[in-house]
Amino acid sequence: MDVPAGYYLILAAALFTVGLVGVLIRRSIIVMFMCVELMLNSVNLTFVTFGRVHGNLDGQVLSFFVMAVAAAEVTVGLALIVNLFRLKASTDADDVDGLRS
Amino acid sequence: MTILAQAVQQIDVPQIAWGAISPELVLFGFGIVVLLLETAGRSRVGVSAFLTVVVLAAAALLGWRTGETLTALMVALAALATMALTLIWRDRPRMLSAILTALGFVGALAATGWQWAEYAGAATATVGSESFPIVGTATAIGDMVAVDGVALFTRFTVCIAGLLTIPLGYAYAESRRIHRGEYYPLLLFSATGMTLLASSADLIMVFISIEILSLSLYILTAFARRDLNSQEAAFKYFLLGAFSSALLLYGIAVTYGIAGTTNIAAAGAAFATLDAPQAMTLTAMGLLVVGFGFKTAIVPFHMWTPDVYQGAPTPVTGFMAAATKAAAFAAFARLFVGSFANLQWTWVPAIWVLAVATMLLGAILAVVQQDVKRMLGYSAVAHAGYVLLGLTAVTRDGVSSLLLYLLIYAVTSLGAFGVLSLLERRTRKAMALDDLRGVGRRYPVPAGMFALFLLSLAGIPGTAGFIAKFAVFRSAVEAGQILLVAAAVLSSLIAFFFYIRVIVVMFMDEEPAEAEFAAPLISTTGMSAGLAVAAAVVVVVGLVPGLLLDLARQAASFAG
Repeated sequence: MDVPAGYYLILAAALFTVGLVGVLIRRSIIVMFMCVELMLNSVNLTFVTFGRVHGNLDGQVLSFFVMAVAAAEVTVGLALIVNLFRLKASTDADDVDGLRS
Repeated sequence: MTILAQAVQQIDVPQIAWGAISPELVLFGFGIVVLLLETAGRSRVGVSAFLTVVVLAAAALLGWRTGETLTALMVALAALATMALTLIWRDRPRMLSAILTALGFVGALAATGWQWAEYAGAATATVGSESFPIVGTATAIGDMVAVDGVALFTRFTVCIAGLLTIPLGYAYAESRRIHRGEYYPLLLFSATGMTLLASSADLIMVFISIEILSLSLYILTAFARRDLNSQEAAFKYFLLGAFSSALLLYGIAVTYGIAGTTNIAAAGAAFATLDAPQAMTLTAMGLLVVGFGFKTAIVPFHMWTPDVYQGAPTPVTGFMAAATKAAAFAAFARLFVGSFANLQWTWVPAIWVLAVATMLLGAILAVVQQDVKRMLGYSAVAHAGYVLLGLTAVTRDGVSSLLLYLLIYAVTSLGAFGVLSLLERRTRKAMALDDLRGVGRRYPVPAGMFALFLLSLAGIPGTAGFIAKFAVFRSAVEAGQILLVAAAVLSSLIAFFFYIRVIVVMFMDEEPAEAEFAAPLISTTGMSAGLAVAAAVVVVVGLVPGLLLDLARQAASFAG
C-alpha cells in the first residue's frame, strides 16, 4: 500500500502542534519537557519524509543529528530539573516564580 | 591490508580545510585541556606531562606529514606553555584554569586575526559610486562553514567578550563559593558554539552550534547550585531555549522540504526562483524568525530574558548578553540579509513590526524595574531592537553597523555587569536600585565606571555607544526606514531616563544608615584590569571611532 508523503507531513505537523500546545498549557515541568521532546521528534519525522520525497539521504542524516542533540539536551535538562526539585520539592511550573520585578 | 588500501583509494577522501575552523579548534582544544586538568585533581602535573608528550608527538607528525611547520610549531608551543603554566600554578587549580582559558581566547583571537589577514581586501564592494575593499569570502568543509567578514568580525567579538569575562568573574565566583572546575571549560565550549554559529553556512550547522552554546549556557546559568534564583533562571532558560530550538528546527525542516538542501545560500536561491507553494515558504521563514527571535530576545519572544539575566550569576549574565547576542545576530543576518535578500518584501515588514515592539516595550518595561540586573535585562531587549534596525536596512552598511553595534554593546554591557559583580561582592545579594544609594560618594571609581557604561548604553555622544547607535540609525535612514528610526529615537529617550536614574541614585542620594556596617568593597587586580580595559575601549572608541568603523565596513561580506 502506498501512503502519500503528505500524510506523514500532516502527522508530523499534528504531533508538533500537540507538543507546542502541551508546552504552553501544561504546568508540570516533566510533561512540558516531554512535549519539547515530542516537538523534536515530529521534526525528525518531517526530515525523513522530505528526505524520501527529494530522494536524497540528507533528511535522514539530519534526523540523526537531531537525535544526538536531543539526547544531550535531555541529560542537561533532567539535571536542572532534579536540582530544582531538590531546592523546591515541586515539579509544578507555577511554583517556580521567584523572579519577579 | 591490500583490501584496506583499495578501499581507501576508492573512497574519494575529502580535503578538510582545517584552517577555516581554526579559532573553534583552538577554543575547543583548550576547553578539553582545561577540563582534563580540572578533573585530574592532584595528579594534574602528571596528566599535563602526558598531554604535552602526546600533543608534541602529534605536532611532529603533523609537521612531517603535511609540511605545515608553522601550525605544528604553534601547537607544540601551546603544549609546552600549558605544561609550564601547570607547573607554576600546580597548587591553584582555578587560577591555572583561568589563565589557560584566557590563553585559549587569545589563541582564537590570533587564529581569527590570521584568517582576517589572509582574506582582508580579497574582494571589493561598491556602494553608490564609491568602491572599497572588503573581506573575501569562502566556504569550507562541504559548504558547512563560511569564512567571511561577518564570521570573522563576530569571532573577534565573542573572543573579546570571553577574555573580559574571565577576570570579571574570577573574584565573584570565589566570593560566592561557586568557583568550580567546570566553569572555564563551559565558557570555552559555549564560545566555540558561538563562533561556529557566526560562521555556519548550513542550517543544520546553525542548529547544532546553537545547541552547543545553549547547553553550556544552561549549565553556567545554573552554576550557583544552592541559589534558587539561579536554578529557576536556568530552568526557564532551558525550557524556552529548547522550545525555541524546536521551532527553529521545524523551520529548518520545512526549508529542507522546499529547497531539498539545508545550505543557506542554496535555500535562499531556491526560495527566490522556485515557485514553491508560497504558504510553505512563508511558514518556513516565519518559524526561522521565531526561532532566532527567541535567541536574540526580540519582543514578543523575550519573556525569558529578564528572568535569566536576573537569576544567572552576574559574570555569566554579562557573557550571555555580550556574546550570545553577537553570534545569534550574525547568523540571523547571514540567513536573512545574506540569503533571503530577494524576498525582502516578505520578511522586512515582519521584522519592522518586531523591531518597533522590541525597542519600545523593552525600554518601557525597564523603567519600572527595581532590580538592577533585571533592568539591564530589559535594556538588553531594547538594544536587540536597535540591532534589528541594521537588519531591516538589508544593505551592506546595515550589516556593518549591526556588527559594530554588537561589538560595542558586548564590551559596554560586560563592563556594566562587571561593576555589578564587583558591587555584589560587598552585599552578597542581588542589587536593587535602593542598594545603590550613595555608592557613588563612597566608591567614586567603580560608580564612575558604572556611570560611564550606562551612558554608553544610553548612547551619549563621546562614548562608544553613541557611535554604534549613530551607525545603525544612519543605515536605517539611508534605507528609507524613517518611521523606524523615529521609534528608535523615542525608545532611546525613554531608555535615557532609566539609565540616568541609576546615576542620580548613585551620586545624589544619601547612603542608607545600615551601609556603615556593610563589608568594604575589595577589588582584585584582575577585576580592576578588566573594568579598566572595558572603560578604556568605551572612551577611546567613542572619541576616535575611525579604525573600528573601517574594520566593520570591511567585514560586511557574506559567503555563498
